[in-house]
Amino acid sequence: MIETENIHYSYPNKVEALKGVSLTIKDGEFVAIMGQNGAGKSTFVKHFNGLLKPSSGAVKIDGVETTKSSVAALARNVGFVFQNPDHQLFSETVEEEIAFALKNFGFEPKVVEERVTWALNLLSLTQYRKTSPFLLSGGERKRVALASVLAWNPKTLILDEPTIGQDYEQKEKLRQFIMQMQTQKKTIVTVTHDVEFVAECNPRVILMKEGKIVADGIGREILTDPAKLELSSIVLPQIAQVFAKLSAFGFPKDIIDIYEAKTLLLQTKERHSK
Amino acid sequence: MAIIETKNLTYTYPGASKPSIDDVSIKVEKGEFVLITGPSGCGKTTLCRCFNGLVPHFYQGEIKGEITVAGINTLDHHTYEMAKHVGLVFQNPENQLFALSIEKDVAFGLENMGTAREVMRKKVDLALNQTGIYDIKERSPHEISGGQQQRVAIAAVIAMSPEIIVLDEPTSFLDPLSAEKIFDVIYRLNKEQGITVILVEHRLDLTAKYTDHLIVMDRGTVRLEGDPREILSSEETKLMGVGIPKATLLYQMLKKEGLKLGDKTPLSSEELADEIMEVLSSK
Repeated sequence: MIETENIHYSYPNKVEALKGVSLTIKDGEFVAIMGQNGAGKSTFVKHFNGLLKPSSGAVKIDGVETTKSSVAALARNVGFVFQNPDHQLFSETVEEEIAFALKNFGFEPKVVEERVTWALNLLSLTQYRKTSPFLLSGGERKRVALASVLAWNPKTLILDEPTIGQDYEQKEKLRQFIMQMQTQKKTIVTVTHDVEFVAECNPRVILMKEGKIVADGIGREILTDPAKLELSSIVLPQIAQVFAKLSAFGFPKDIIDIYEAKTLLLQTKERHSK
Repeated sequence: MAIIETKNLTYTYPGASKPSIDDVSIKVEKGEFVLITGPSGCGKTTLCRCFNGLVPHFYQGEIKGEITVAGINTLDHHTYEMAKHVGLVFQNPENQLFALSIEKDVAFGLENMGTAREVMRKKVDLALNQTGIYDIKERSPHEISGGQQQRVAIAAVIAMSPEIIVLDEPTSFLDPLSAEKIFDVIYRLNKEQGITVILVEHRLDLTAKYTDHLIVMDRGTVRLEGDPREILSSEETKLMGVGIPKATLLYQMLKKEGLKLGDKTPLSSEELADEIMEVLSSK
């Protein structure tokens, strides 16, 4: 469980990035944090694995304050995948990159080998096993960064903008993977601008603006509320845009799922043909 | 006459075992808004690097085939010569900005070319206005938002009055509203000034509506090319894992079930909503 209690955070240059944020994320929840550039989203989630410690207020992971444990100890349970993979990658081959943390955590060589193979396979990176991460495309590097964290199987996963530079198929794989993690009761927190991705996953959505939380609710509610979204510089997902226009014809506005949209629209067809 | 033309262009990065672009032949007409998409690692970025000569002059490696951009064979000309004709905008604007003020950043390219002071002033002001950042020109590019930074990068490029702008996922770090504003700026430059635009994007939900020429790449080759409405309707596109816009997908699903929508495949939610409303009102 992740709990933040009225946390404030100021960077050394005195910019106050968080202005009193309280949030509880239960085990097994899937949460998307969205909002304008500079709203404090990344700063906020960096508190979850102790990378940042609050200037005031408290962050507790499973009841223990992050000020009382080390980043190394927290990392075992809270895996963090950065927005920019280049801040994370440093090894000479993809394989070494993924094995690095596993070795550090003291896994047996055989287990390391198995976990590396598993992670490479999961993220379609097997063909790059012996390649330098720096020869790969932006999207591929991003997957290497993700694989290196998934490999040690942390209980909580923080994904900062995981879909940047990813094509449709990779996004779909990521979505399925997140669903699979959900069935294993893993906690997933993602910071993202990708409204279509969020609409497809339909997690709990938190909107941030200027260092504060301005909305918290289920995806379907938040993503179909134009006033709330505009406050956070987010646009409606495409299906919700269509239904916002169709509401004049008596359709509900809170539709984000394409199959639900199809069913609703086909019902009117039957009505008309009778 | 085509403003960009490649014939059997094949390029391999130094040390790579296979080419990143393989036998690519494309033609772009002046004034087109071209969208290049395809799975990650398909060669989109590498192809863009060919347009201003970064490939092969900066990246080295082995290149075969022909490429002409704005009438110039880029293989025989330096990247700095191409800069007058082709402006490049990257994913992360921070890598491109360095001056003390926005205005100075936008003027930098022109200064380097030895542009006369008066001409420079006019061009810089115009670029600042066109991108909507004139009012903040005195500020440092490092204290503004990511969306504003990307506008500065675009202003710096258009101040050089290039015939072509190449943008490689220019909004992926931006929030959706800022992204939409950037695409609107680019679209206006294309429509109002006839600047040829090459945009690399995965997110067709946001961008399909702007394009008249779609190129789909896969494993270094051009797999599909032409009218976006046609390409996004084809089964092959879906199988290749291209992210078809939700509005386009929903249209196809409804058509398949017999809803009598118009024949024009929609590329945006507005277009789809209009077609559905037409059906609903006609009854």
